[in-house]
Amino acid sequence: MTHPIPPGTRDILPDEMRELRRLSVALIEAFERFGYGEVSTPTIEYEEVLARGGESGAPVAYRFFDERGELLAMRSDMTIPIARLIANRYAGAEPPFRLCYLATAYRAVRPQRGQMREFTQAGVELVGVPAPQGTVEVIEVLSAALDAAGLSRAVIGLGDADLYRQLLDELGVEAGASERLLACLAAHDHVGLEAEVARLDLGAGERETLVRLPTLRGGPEVLDSARDLGGAATARASERLAATYDGLRARGGADRVNLDLGLLRDLGYYTGAILEVYDPALGHVLGGGGRYDGLMARFGWPLPAVGFALHLERLHVAQAEEERFAATAGDGPARGPERGS
Amino acid sequence: MSGIAGPIRTGSDGPLTLAVPRGALFSGTLDLLDTIGIETAAPRGDSRSLIFRTEELNLVTMRPSDVPTYVEAGAADLGVTGKDVLGEQRDRAVYELLDLGFGACRMVLAGRRGDRSLDEAERRLGAMRIATKYPRTTQRWLAHSGHQAEVIEVKGSVELAPLVGLADGIVDLVDTGRTLAENELEVREEIEICTARLVANRVAHKLRAVEIDALADRLREAAAR
Repeated sequence: MTHPIPPGTRDILPDEMRELRRLSVALIEAFERFGYGEVSTPTIEYEEVLARGGESGAPVAYRFFDERGELLAMRSDMTIPIARLIANRYAGAEPPFRLCYLATAYRAVRPQRGQMREFTQAGVELVGVPAPQGTVEVIEVLSAALDAAGLSRAVIGLGDADLYRQLLDELGVEAGASERLLACLAAHDHVGLEAEVARLDLGAGERETLVRLPTLRGGPEVLDSARDLGGAATARASERLAATYDGLRARGGADRVNLDLGLLRDLGYYTGAILEVYDPALGHVLGGGGRYDGLMARFGWPLPAVGFALHLERLHVAQAEEERFAATAGDGPARGPERGS
Repeated sequence: MSGIAGPIRTGSDGPLTLAVPRGALFSGTLDLLDTIGIETAAPRGDSRSLIFRTEELNLVTMRPSDVPTYVEAGAADLGVTGKDVLGEQRDRAVYELLDLGFGACRMVLAGRRGDRSLDEAERRLGAMRIATKYPRTTQRWLAHSGHQAEVIEVKGSVELAPLVGLADGIVDLVDTGRTLAENELEVREEIEICTARLVANRVAHKLRAVEIDALADRLREAAAR
C-alpha cells in the first residue's frame, strides 16, 4: 500500500455504497414514519461538552486544539450532541422531542482487532417521555427499523441498568462488594460473580438469588422465575422492567423482545431500561440503547430520555448473512465468517 | 459420528458449536464431554480433521489461545479455554460461564535458585526485568502488588531468559514445576491458580439460552464429581 489510510478507517466503493445507501434510507424512513425528524450535528464539538456523558460514557478518543487553542474532540456517539442540540435549539419549546440521525462516530481501537475508529450509527432519541411509555415507543420504532432492514429474525434484549444494584441495596450488601459484583457482571464474568457472592455474609437463599438472577433471560416467564427466586426484594427490583414489558404486550410489541435480567451496558449515563440487538446470523451485537434520564439535566434541562443506536455496517453484514441463510434455508441455516468488528 | 473436512453450518437450529482446546486441556475437555454422554472417540483418534460432528454438539478443535477469538466472533457458540488465556485476552467480549475445575496450573513469579538478582535489581536498579508469555497478566499483577518491573514479552521457552541474562525472573504458568526445576529456577510468588473455563458467545448466550444453560448445568454437575 503506497498511500496508507489510518487503521480503523476505510474507503467505500460504489457496490457497497449503493447497498449502504438503500439500508440507510430504509432506516430513516422507518424512523420518520413514527414522527422522528432527522438531524445532523458537527463531527467535532468542544471536549468539555462531550465530557458531560460522565466518565463511563462512550470515551472520547480524539482530542485536538484549534487555531485559538480551544480543546475540541470527535464525537463518540450522537446521544450527547443531541442532548446539547435540544438544550440549545429547543429551549422554550414544548417537549417531547423526537429526533433521529444517521451519523459517523469515532472511538479508540484496540490494535489488530479489526475495529473501526470511524463507524456509522443510525438511531433515535426520544426526549421528554418517561418510562414506561417512552421506552415502549422506542422499542416499537426499533422493531420497525429492524423489519425495514429485512432482519425479521432479529431479537431485542431488554434489561434494566439498575436492577442488580437495587437488589444488592435491598440485601444490604456494602458498597465495596457491590462495585466488585457489578464489575463482574459488566465484564460478563459469571465465575468471578459467583466467587464474590460466596464471600458475602448472606443466607444461602440470598446468595443463590444473586448468582442466578443475572442468568435469567427469555420470555415473560423470566419475571415469574425472578419472583420465585428472590421474593419481594427481586419483585421490587424488577418492577420497572415488568411495567415496560406489560406496556409492550398491551401494544402487541413484545414478540421479538427477550427479557434479560443480567444485561448491563457499560455506558455510564444509562438509567433504567437498557437494550441490545441481536441477529442469529451474526455473532456480534448489532446495536443498543436505553434510558438516560439523568443526561439532559447535565445540560440544564432535566427531561427523561430514551434512545438507541444501530451499527450501520454490522446491520449490512447481518443483511448479507440473512440472505445467505434464506438461500440455503432448505439446507439448514448458515452462519458465515465474521466481517463486522 | 464422523470427522468431517468441509465447513460446518451452524445457526439457531443446528447443534451448538463448542471450541475444544488442543494441548494440555484437550484430554480433560474430552473426558468431561464423555461424562455427560458426548461421543469423543473421533477427536481422540489420530484423524487430522479439525471439526467433529456429534448428535448434540459440533466440536471444533484449535489452539487454546484462539478459543476466545472464535467464540467472540460467533464462529463457535461455546468454548473451553484456560483462565490464563482469558486473563491475557480480557478485551474479548465473551461470557465466562463456568469454572470447569480441571487443568489447574499456577501462574507464578520465578527466579534462579539461590540467586538474589530479582530482589537486588528492584532494590538497587529500581526495577526487575521479568520475561513472560503473559505480559498483561504480569502487568496487572505488578500494578496490584506494588512491584516495579520492566516486562519483556517472549514467545518461546521463557525459562531461557534468566539463564542468559535477558531477565532477572519470569512469570509463567507452572503445572508440576519440573521444567522450572530442570532449569534451576524456583517459585518466588504465586500469582493465581488458572483452571479451565467454559465461555459463550454474547449473541448465542441470549438467542440459544435454554440449550446453553442446559449444557452448562450438565457440565457443572460433571465437573463437580
